[in-house]
Amino acid sequence: MARAQTASYRVRMIELEGLTKRYGEKVAVNHLTFTVRPGIVTGFLGPNGAGKSTTMRMMLGLDRPTAGDVRIDGQHYDHLKDPLKYIGALLDAKAMHGGRSAFNHLLCLAQSNGIPKARVDEVLDTVGLTSVARKKAKGFSLGMGQRLGIAGALLGDPRILMFDEPVNGLDPEGIHWIRNLMKSLAGQGRTVFVSSHLMSEMALTAEHLVVIGQGRLLADTSMADFIAQNSRSYVRIRSPQRERLLDVLHEAGITVVESGSGTLEVDGAKSEQIGELAAQHQLVLHELSPQQASLEDAFMQLTAESVEYHAHTDAPPQQWGGGWNKET
Amino acid sequence: MAATQVLKSEWTKIRSVASTVWTLSLAAVVTIALGILISLLSKNEFDKMGDNDQLSFDPTYISFAGMSLGQLAMIVFGVLVVGNEYSTGMIRTSLAAVPQRATFLFSKIAVAAGLALVVGMITSFIAFFLGQAALGTHSASISDSGVLRAVIGGGLYMTLIAVFSMGVATMLRSPMLSLGILMPFFFLISNILGAVSATKKIGRYLPDQAGSKIMRVVTPIGDDTPYGPWGGLAIMVLWVVAALLGGYLLLKRRDA
Repeated sequence: MARAQTASYRVRMIELEGLTKRYGEKVAVNHLTFTVRPGIVTGFLGPNGAGKSTTMRMMLGLDRPTAGDVRIDGQHYDHLKDPLKYIGALLDAKAMHGGRSAFNHLLCLAQSNGIPKARVDEVLDTVGLTSVARKKAKGFSLGMGQRLGIAGALLGDPRILMFDEPVNGLDPEGIHWIRNLMKSLAGQGRTVFVSSHLMSEMALTAEHLVVIGQGRLLADTSMADFIAQNSRSYVRIRSPQRERLLDVLHEAGITVVESGSGTLEVDGAKSEQIGELAAQHQLVLHELSPQQASLEDAFMQLTAESVEYHAHTDAPPQQWGGGWNKET
Repeated sequence: MAATQVLKSEWTKIRSVASTVWTLSLAAVVTIALGILISLLSKNEFDKMGDNDQLSFDPTYISFAGMSLGQLAMIVFGVLVVGNEYSTGMIRTSLAAVPQRATFLFSKIAVAAGLALVVGMITSFIAFFLGQAALGTHSASISDSGVLRAVIGGGLYMTLIAVFSMGVATMLRSPMLSLGILMPFFFLISNILGAVSATKKIGRYLPDQAGSKIMRVVTPIGDDTPYGPWGGLAIMVLWVVAALLGGYLLLKRRDA
């Protein structure tokens, strides 16, 4: 019956349904339901400890879900014949035997899935490791290890690719390379699912966003919608003639928000327009500055409730517990 | 997932790490060299032995004396073959490539056991022939009754020790923990249990003591062991099967 459901529209998709993972009392992944679609880069975002890696391990059949289901191309992972030809994953750059050469590491993976030996040389070339193919992996830098892991993911020419925090610890050149690689893989029509705890990184690569916090789904939206909803642009104004300015702006039909310490904020309006209005009415301005709330801020706001490991730098002690305490 | 693909893959894994070569060659060299040394010493001691000891003198078994130490290298081989998957994190890459855990585990064990069998057999035959050469006039011949069985048994014994270690390492996942348990077990505890008469009856059902019966040709005077050479090997095989089954059941249930 499961096979009959493998209609063509499900090809290249990852479908999660009510996916849950409990470790004793602790719920690491809590009833996640979403679908990862082909042809785009889907960002999987969440603070550290949100359950991203656990979710990815369950997608690959490494961890057993407590409840719920993951399907790749409509099938369970362990029903896939030669899974590396369906889905390639980079979970952890260190998930290899350091005493084995890069070539042999890839060769044993290729052989297990009936992938021809020639493909090993191809992927080594793609990731730029041909010159160190016979060197032992333990001598590799983090960046080289990451490239070798990516070579392993590409080995079966899979239609679905999954990367767990691929830019962690990479130099700018490596980061640039990975971003371009992910975009070009998606451009070829593949499904690309990539996790990160950095919104800024996702904003550069992902077209779709899945945000989780404390194992729960917080958002499943296109990047464009997320930006439109969450990146507020406004103009900040300070003036010694605050009351008069408020009247003038009000007459012009501009909505003003009074924020703390006497500053005014105007959503959407152009700073030029406000400056000209102030000049017409001979009002003194001390500040007139266009502002952009960053995506990072929006992400922080979204996940604030669910951040597991707070750094208590600016919050007074009596407030720290608020995020965990459901009654507050 | 064709099992032949996974067997090929596991062969690539095992031949591409240095630990395979050094553990197996150490097992062979130590077993053979120590066997020759003890054979030489026994030859010189023979005339000073009592009647009972002379009647119990087993030249075949003496040439395998090096196995008590050589088997430790076999244990390291077995532990590292499985344990390195865990200690390096390779296990997640391996199981993502081969999600059928029974296929993964038993292909790995089949390849490693096959290699251990080849090395064990060669080691056993060399240890026998060089040991007999060192024993001179007191030596046994391969055509003597029971001798060929003992020599082949020596190769089987080394293989089974390695496979037992693989099962234990699959259960424990950590190479250091596995070695920390297996090394003293085979090198100390088994010997101590065997040396004290009160615990001897229990000790002889341990895998190494039961299994090593197959390498004996002459039954020592006053020996009341309730099993023969093949019975002893069967007891050892039961231990190995139990370790593998335990390892498989845990691997199947656990998160990687």
